[in-house]
Amino acid sequence: MHEIYPLASGFLVWVAFGVFIGGTVLRLVLLALKARRKDPVIYQYFSFYYAARSIIHWIFPFASKGMRDHPVFTIIAFVFHICLILTPIFVAAHVILIMESWQTGWWYLPNAAADIMTIIVVLCLLFFLARRILQKDVRYLSTAGDYVLLLLVAAPFITGFWTYHQWYGFETAGLLHMLSGELMLICLPFTRLFHMALFPFTRGYSGSEFGAVKGARDW
Amino acid sequence: MQDRQNWDWTPGRRIVGDFDKWRPAYEYMEEPHVSADGEKIAAIVKTGPEEFSVCVNGQPWESHFEKAWSLGFTQENCPVALVSDTAMWTVAVDGVTWNNWYEFVWNPIFSTKGSSITAAAQSELKYFALTDDIPWENSFLALTCLIATPDGKNIAAVVQDKRFAEADIDNFQQGCFTVAVNGNAWDTHYVNVWDLDFSGDGSQVAAEVRTSLYDYTIAVNGKTWDKQYSCVWAPRFHPSDGSVSAPVKLAGGWSLARNGEVIWNRRYFQLWHHIYSPDGNSIAAVTAPEFGRWTIAEDDQPWNLRFNELATDPVYSPGGDRIACVGKSGGKWYIAADDTIWDTPNDMAWQPVFSPDGSHVAAKAERDGRYTIVVDGRPVDEVFAAVMQPVFSPDGRRLLVKGILPESAGGQYCRHVFEVDALAP
Amino acid sequence: MNTKNNTETGADQKQIHDVAIEEGARRLTREKIHSVLSELIRTEGGARLSAYSNACVHCGMCSEACHHYLSNDRDPKLSPAGKVKQTIAVIMARKGKVGPDFMKKACEIAFTECNLCRRCMMYCPFGIDVAYLMLFIRRACHKLGVVPQYIQDTAHSHSATMNQMWVRDDEWIDTLQWQEEEARDEIPNIRIPIEKEGADIFYSVIGPEPKFRAQLIYQMAVIMHASGADWTMSATPGWDNSDMCMYTGDMEMTARLKKVHFEAATRLKTKRIVMGECGHAFRSVYDVGNRLLGWKMPPLPMVHAIEFYYEILQQGHIEIENKFEQPVTFHDPCNIVRGRGLHETARYVVDKTCKTFIELEPNREHNFCCGAGGGVINCGPPFKNKRVKSNRIKAEQLASAKSKGAEVVIAPCHNCHGGLEDIINHYELGMEIKFLADILYECMKKE
Repeated sequence: MHEIYPLASGFLVWVAFGVFIGGTVLRLVLLALKARRKDPVIYQYFSFYYAARSIIHWIFPFASKGMRDHPVFTIIAFVFHICLILTPIFVAAHVILIMESWQTGWWYLPNAAADIMTIIVVLCLLFFLARRILQKDVRYLSTAGDYVLLLLVAAPFITGFWTYHQWYGFETAGLLHMLSGELMLICLPFTRLFHMALFPFTRGYSGSEFGAVKGARDW
Repeated sequence: MQDRQNWDWTPGRRIVGDFDKWRPAYEYMEEPHVSADGEKIAAIVKTGPEEFSVCVNGQPWESHFEKAWSLGFTQENCPVALVSDTAMWTVAVDGVTWNNWYEFVWNPIFSTKGSSITAAAQSELKYFALTDDIPWENSFLALTCLIATPDGKNIAAVVQDKRFAEADIDNFQQGCFTVAVNGNAWDTHYVNVWDLDFSGDGSQVAAEVRTSLYDYTIAVNGKTWDKQYSCVWAPRFHPSDGSVSAPVKLAGGWSLARNGEVIWNRRYFQLWHHIYSPDGNSIAAVTAPEFGRWTIAEDDQPWNLRFNELATDPVYSPGGDRIACVGKSGGKWYIAADDTIWDTPNDMAWQPVFSPDGSHVAAKAERDGRYTIVVDGRPVDEVFAAVMQPVFSPDGRRLLVKGILPESAGGQYCRHVFEVDALAP
Repeated sequence: MNTKNNTETGADQKQIHDVAIEEGARRLTREKIHSVLSELIRTEGGARLSAYSNACVHCGMCSEACHHYLSNDRDPKLSPAGKVKQTIAVIMARKGKVGPDFMKKACEIAFTECNLCRRCMMYCPFGIDVAYLMLFIRRACHKLGVVPQYIQDTAHSHSATMNQMWVRDDEWIDTLQWQEEEARDEIPNIRIPIEKEGADIFYSVIGPEPKFRAQLIYQMAVIMHASGADWTMSATPGWDNSDMCMYTGDMEMTARLKKVHFEAATRLKTKRIVMGECGHAFRSVYDVGNRLLGWKMPPLPMVHAIEFYYEILQQGHIEIENKFEQPVTFHDPCNIVRGRGLHETARYVVDKTCKTFIELEPNREHNFCCGAGGGVINCGPPFKNKRVKSNRIKAEQLASAKSKGAEVVIAPCHNCHGGLEDIINHYELGMEIKFLADILYECMKKE
C-alpha cells in the first residue's frame, strides 16, 4: 500500500489539478462554442453590468427573497461553501506541504479553526443529507448521484480530520484523504459539482435578460 | 402607368381645390387623399348625424351614406370609397354606387393599367371577389390575400372551400385552403396558403403553402415545388421568364430559391421582400446577414451598410442599375441609395422614388411633425403639414410635390412642380 | 372563501383525456420519437439546455416559487425542478429514447402544469429558466404532434387568419366600425381610424377583443380620442398581436405572426406600436418573435397599454374627473412585470385613478401567477378544473387582500383576467375584476 503513497502525493495530485482545471476550462469553452453555434443570441443579450448585479444579489446571504424565506438553509449553505473552499486552501498541513515543495506559501489557519471548519463542513453535509431524505420535494428531486456527491465531498474532510488527529489507521486515512481529495477534483468538471463553474454564467445570463431586456429584478 | 405626359408640369406652386376654405366647414373630416396628378384633394366628411360623404375639391358628393371608408383614387384620378347604406355595402366611384350591394366590401385594389377596381366581398357568409361591379360566380367559406394583375383582368385570393368543425384539428390539417383565380379554386388543398403573386402575363399564380404543420414550400398553379422547407416567405415571379423565386429557410439560415433550387450561396439570418430589377436580371432583398444587422443584398452580395433596427421598402431604378431603400437605426429613419446612407436622420421615411433615367431619387420624409421631400439627400425648400409621394415627370426633369401647407403658411393644399436640376445637390 | 374540494390535487388527476394528445400519441412509435427528439436536441438544444441541465443541484429552492406546487399540497412532482425531472431530464438521460406514453405525460406537464411565468427563475440560485426548458418540451410536443386540442386549434386559427379567434378580415373591420358607431352615441365625432398612414401610434389588440370584448376597443378609442393621440388600426391581418403558437412550440408560425404584425405597423408608417392590455402578446412581440426574426429588440418601440396610460396621465393629456371609489388591488402579470418591469408604472396609473389601493402579498416581480397564462387556459375545458385547483394559492392571496378591504382586482392582461375570473368564481371570493382601461374609462374626463 505504501507504494501508492508517493503516487497519490505526487503524480496524482498533478493529474487531479490538471483534470480539474483543464476539464473546467474545456467544458466552459465547449459551452461557449455551443452557444456561439446554436444560441448566438446569448452573446447579444449578455450584459456585464446586469450579470454582476444579479450575481451580487446571489452571492451575498439574504440579498435575494428566496434566501430570506429560508434563513436556516441560507446560513448553512453559505457557511458550508465558505468552509468547503477556504479550509483546503488555508489548512496548515496543505500550506506547509506547498512550502516544503516550492519554498513559498501563504497564511494558514490555526489548527483549531481548521478543525472547527472541517467539522462544520461535515455537519452541513449531514444537514444536506437529512434535508434530502426528510424534505419531500428535495427527496423527490434527489438521485443516487446526489447522495454519492455528498459522500464524495465529505470523504476528504473526514479523512483529513482523521489523519491530522492521528487516530487509529491514520496512515491509511491519509492515503484515502489524498485519493478522495483528488477524486473530488477530478469529478468536479464532470458532475453536478460543476455548478460551481456554471453559476456565474447561468446567473449572469438570467440577470442580463431580466435587467437589460425585461427591466426587472431577478432576486 | 398613369398618363403623366398630360399632367401640368409647369414649374412653380399652384394652390388646388381651396382645401383651406372648405376644411373648416366640416366639424368632422378624415385625413385628405390626393389624386396621382395632384389635381384633386378629397376627404371623407360628416354631412349630418350618422351621414357621411366624400368631399372632392370642396364639392361633396350628392349621395350620402351611413358609413364611408377606404377612400382612394384610381390611376385615372377618380375618387373611390367603400360606402354603406341600410347595413349593406358597395363601391362608390365619383359618388356613384355600383348596382350590387353586399354585406361587406373591403380591400379595394385599383389597377395600375386602366381603370378597373377590384374588391373582396361577403354576403350571407359567402366570400368572393368583385371586379367592376361583377362578382365571382363561385363563393367560398373564407377569403383573404386578394391580388389582381396590373390591368385588373385577373384576380386571385386565398380561399377556404372545405369545411371543418370547431376545434376540428384533424380536418384542418388535411388541408381546407387553396387559391381561387377568377373564382375558380385550385384542385390541391393545403394546411395554409399565404402571399400570392401573379406572373407577368397573368396566366400563373404562385403561393406560399404549408403542406403539413412542418413543411413549407411554394405552389405555382396548384403544383408544389419538389422540395419542402422549414419556412418560406412570399414568392415572386420573374418579370418575363415565368420562373418563381422565394426566400427559403435552410439548415444554415435563409437563402433564395428559384423553382425549388437554391440560387444564393450565402446563408442569412433573415431574408425577405426580394424584388426583381425591371429587366429581371438582378434580384435584391432585405436581409440580415448577421443577427440584428439589416441591409439590402443584391444578387447575394450584401451592402456594406448596416441598419440596426430595420431595412424596408427596397426599390429598383427603372433601368435596374440602382437600388434605394428605407432603414432605421438608433430610433431614426434613413434613406439609402446604392449602399450609401443619406446623412440626415428622419422621424419617418417613405419608399424612395427614382426618376425615369435613374439619375435622381426622391423620398417623402418627416421630421418633427413636418413633412418634406428629399431629393438625392437634400430636402426641397418647402415643408408641409402633410405631403404625398413625389412623382417625376416622364422626362425626369420635373418633380411633382403634392402637399398641404402648414397652418402658419395658410394651410392650403398645393401642387408644386420643381425643376430637378435646381434641386439636386 | 370556499375551500371545499381543495384537497383533491391536480397531480393525482394525471392524464386528463384530451383527444388530440391521445390521438397524437397513438400515431407515434418509439423510433419516430427518438428520431424527432434527437434531431431537435442536435439542432436546437443549445448551450442553455446543457448549462441548465448541468447546473441544477436539486436543492428545491424553486419549489415554493411555484403556484402549482403550493396549491397542490406541496406535491413534489409539481415543483419546477420536479417537472424538469419528469420531462427534459429523462429525455436527455435517455437521449430521446422514450415512448408515446411518456410523451403524453410530458405534454400534460409542459402544457398544463407550468404557466411559463418565470417566477421560479427568481428563486433558483442559478437562475435556471424552467420556462425555457418547458418550452423545449412543448417544441418537442409540437414536432411530434402531441399538443392539446384547443390550443392546437388556436394555433390553426393563427396560421389561417393571422389572429387568435378565427376572425375573418371583414368581421374585424366590421367590428371596428360597429364600435366606432357605438362610441359616437357618446362622443359624436369620435373615430376609430382604420388604415391611417403616417399615424404616430399603431394600436394592436388580441383576437378575443373583437370576438368577445369589443367594448375594450370602444374604451381605448375614447381614451385615445380624449388624449388627442394620432393613432390607427390595420384593416389587414397584422392587427392581432397575440400568439399561441409561441406556446404550442410552433416557432415558425410565431415568427410569421410577428412578421405580419410588425409589417402592418411599418406599412402604415407608424412610429410605435401600442398594444392593449395583454401579457402573452407583449412577450411574443417584445421578447420572442423579434428574436426569431433577427431583431435584438423590436424594430418599432413596443408600448404596453400601461405605459401608454402612464404617459398620457403624466403628461396631462387626460384628466381624471372622479377617482374610482371601490378599494382595488392589483395583480402583476408575469409577462409585463417579470417580463418588462412595468410594476411601478402600473401603480402610478392605479394611484392616479383609484381612491384606495391595497397591495396583494407577494407583489411586483414576486406576485403569484394567475394560473391561466403560458397557454394553459388555452388548453381549454378538459383542463379547467385542474387549472383552477392548481391555483388555490392565488385564491388565498386574493382572499387576504379582500380581508383588507379590496373589492376589485385590476388585472391588465387578458389571460390573467380569464384565470382570475375562474378562481374568483370557484373559490367564491366575490371580487370584481377589471382592466385598467375599465377604470380609466370610467373615471376620466371624456372630452
